[in-house]
Amino acid sequence: MKRVLYVMLIVRCLAVSSFGQANGNAQEGKRLFMKHNCYYCHGTSGQGGRDGARIAQTALNLQGLTRYVRQPAGSMPAFTEKILSDRELTDIYAYLKSLPAAKAPKDIPLLNDIGTSK
Amino acid sequence: MPSSKKGSINRRRFLKGAAAGAAALVGPGVGPGVGPAVAAEPAAAAAQAPQARVVTPLPGPGLVAAETSPPPPRADVYTTDRPGSDFMLDVIKSLGFDYVAANPGSTFRALHESIINYGGNKAPELLTCCHEESSVAMAHGYAKIEGKPMMIMAHGTVGLQHASMAIYNAYADRVPVYIVIGNIADGAWRRSDVEWTHAVQDPAAMVRDYTKWDDSPISLRQFAESVVRAYKIATTPPMGPVVMVADGILQEEPVSEEDRRRLHIPKLSQTTPPAGDAAAVGEIAKILVAAENPLIVAARSARTPKGLQLLVELAELLQAPVMDRRQRMNFPTRHPLYGSGNLASADVVLGLEVPDFWNVTHEQTPLNRMGMEIRPLTKQGAKLITISSMDLLMKSNYQDFGQYSEADIAVAADAEATLPSLIEACKRLITPDRKRIFEQRAARYAEVAKRIHEQDLQQAAWGWDSSPITTARMSAELWNVIKNDDWSLVSDVVFQSWWPTRLWNFTKHYQFIGGHGAYGIGYGAPAAVGAALANRKYGRLTLNIQSDGDLNYAPSVLWTAVHHHIPLLSIMHNNRAYHQERMFVADMAARAQRDVTRVDIGNAITDPNIDYATMAKAYGMFSVGPIENPAELGPALKKAIEVVKRGEPALVDVVSQPR
Repeated sequence: MKRVLYVMLIVRCLAVSSFGQANGNAQEGKRLFMKHNCYYCHGTSGQGGRDGARIAQTALNLQGLTRYVRQPAGSMPAFTEKILSDRELTDIYAYLKSLPAAKAPKDIPLLNDIGTSK
Repeated sequence: MPSSKKGSINRRRFLKGAAAGAAALVGPGVGPGVGPAVAAEPAAAAAQAPQARVVTPLPGPGLVAAETSPPPPRADVYTTDRPGSDFMLDVIKSLGFDYVAANPGSTFRALHESIINYGGNKAPELLTCCHEESSVAMAHGYAKIEGKPMMIMAHGTVGLQHASMAIYNAYADRVPVYIVIGNIADGAWRRSDVEWTHAVQDPAAMVRDYTKWDDSPISLRQFAESVVRAYKIATTPPMGPVVMVADGILQEEPVSEEDRRRLHIPKLSQTTPPAGDAAAVGEIAKILVAAENPLIVAARSARTPKGLQLLVELAELLQAPVMDRRQRMNFPTRHPLYGSGNLASADVVLGLEVPDFWNVTHEQTPLNRMGMEIRPLTKQGAKLITISSMDLLMKSNYQDFGQYSEADIAVAADAEATLPSLIEACKRLITPDRKRIFEQRAARYAEVAKRIHEQDLQQAAWGWDSSPITTARMSAELWNVIKNDDWSLVSDVVFQSWWPTRLWNFTKHYQFIGGHGAYGIGYGAPAAVGAALANRKYGRLTLNIQSDGDLNYAPSVLWTAVHHHIPLLSIMHNNRAYHQERMFVADMAARAQRDVTRVDIGNAITDPNIDYATMAKAYGMFSVGPIENPAELGPALKKAIEVVKRGEPALVDVVSQPR
């Protein structure tokens, strides 16, 4: 039993400290993304909008994302560990990375039409 | 017109007679069921007691006697052929109003009657509104399309109170709205407690902080002069709402033929808009022509179609990019100079009718509201120039004038009126060398504009199949069904991440009219109806991307649109929240390091979700929705547009992303 607990502790520590690795739970990340209202500014698909950048398929690594959430620039408020733990951010990061990439505008007829019309 | 047998009878005599008549009714002879409670509130009584059997009251002996006996000798009959309100209407008609919007009110009942009977309900035609805020906001939207004011009528007390937020919006947006309010100034003429509670010493006082002018004339002669003066003031830039008080006695008391002959309606002599003085314009031209990277910022620059043409001419002449603050249709959205410049590289910034010029040229950190860090967005030494009629109309109490701007040259003048002389002054100074440099930067800006457009398309693709539907998809679907029509978007784009102006091809002045003015929510739906009314005679397809929170203030304007056959397509941007406020509260919770998951409380419009399609149907409007599947949106829009093209309004409820 002691051995099992020891292994679990190591796994947990690795998960928390392994910035740069997306080893979070994407499904849990989606739940947290919605629960903590990240979608207010970034949209439910992370597509971005007037008040927040696109974060679906973010180009940041986990460390970069965490740093930004803790010390954001612009109008985003800081989300400290009291609100979102590093573990939870890891799950959110996994969710953002799991979101599908957008199609090219030329492959979406309405956008292609806008892009090619005068 | 037939004349009364008794001729004019003044109201004091009438009241005396009425009192005698009433005395005959009230007393031991009054029978059951004649009391005011039953007579006045049958609907309320029925609503409270749905099970009660409806009984038609029998007339009592008193009522029978009153109706069958000869009238008492002192009971005068109050009739007149020529109430003062007829003359008031003559004055109003002389100004060319097409419409008057009103929720009915007893303090302007005589004017109301004159409009529909004496005036034949034409020019102006009465529009039935269910809220005075709707009346004013309709006039606000109408004026921005038609270029002239609509009249509205309201009670001097409760009606003006209802109207006040919409008046503030129009004031902050510098739009003329012509407000006529009723009031019975003399207490001796008030009939009841209602007329006392609806009377006020100085009716316009409550909105004087955010109107351009008002008057309370006590004679018809003065009324005529003030009504014409008020129109002139309202429509001279900087424009704004005006209030005219139509006194109840002046409206209702008769005017003899002799007096009418003596009354004069002054001719409207429009004041020309104030243009910048020649010396300042010459100096600005020198700076602009010598600049390496001039940037034009336009907010309410184009008052008319001519204003748009002039701005294009100036921008192309200098090959200077235009940053559009989207408060009017200032500049074509697919022009290579649209949005292709930036403040950081500009050595000259020319602001045209920009009410928040300081905010355009600076940013402040949101860290601490008490001591914000301020950073200019322009480079050191950049020249700041403003041409704005805002400088000619500022009041102290309501602070819509914004932060003080340290401009190098500030011209207190109407930008559109100043542009012709500025263009000419620039032309005189442009040498072949300068022209060559301008052409070089034109190519650079064209590349930037192309890149921005491509980026917008790429961004629009993200979340394309999402539900709730993205505002980018909503805008693209809408564009697809209107692009071949003569269309006019009459709602703001700020709550949809500006997608329409990023994706659509705006070229004409009436294709966009900006937004609220003061962000007084509740403007959107009625302003769209007013703008659609103005567009109707031109056969334009009018579009309104309608925020859900906004519609809920006074949704009854949907009925007004149906009742008056005003073709308008409203597409609900139904994000089921007061979303801006929700973000603010989330911001506060995060700062306080408290629970951010609770901020829907007081902000979300859910549980139950509002069914806007059913709401529209209740007002008699064709509707579709709620639409959650993006694939269903295009077909729904097509169906709704067919209805609008037949001359009726329609609504499509789209469950959408927050922004």
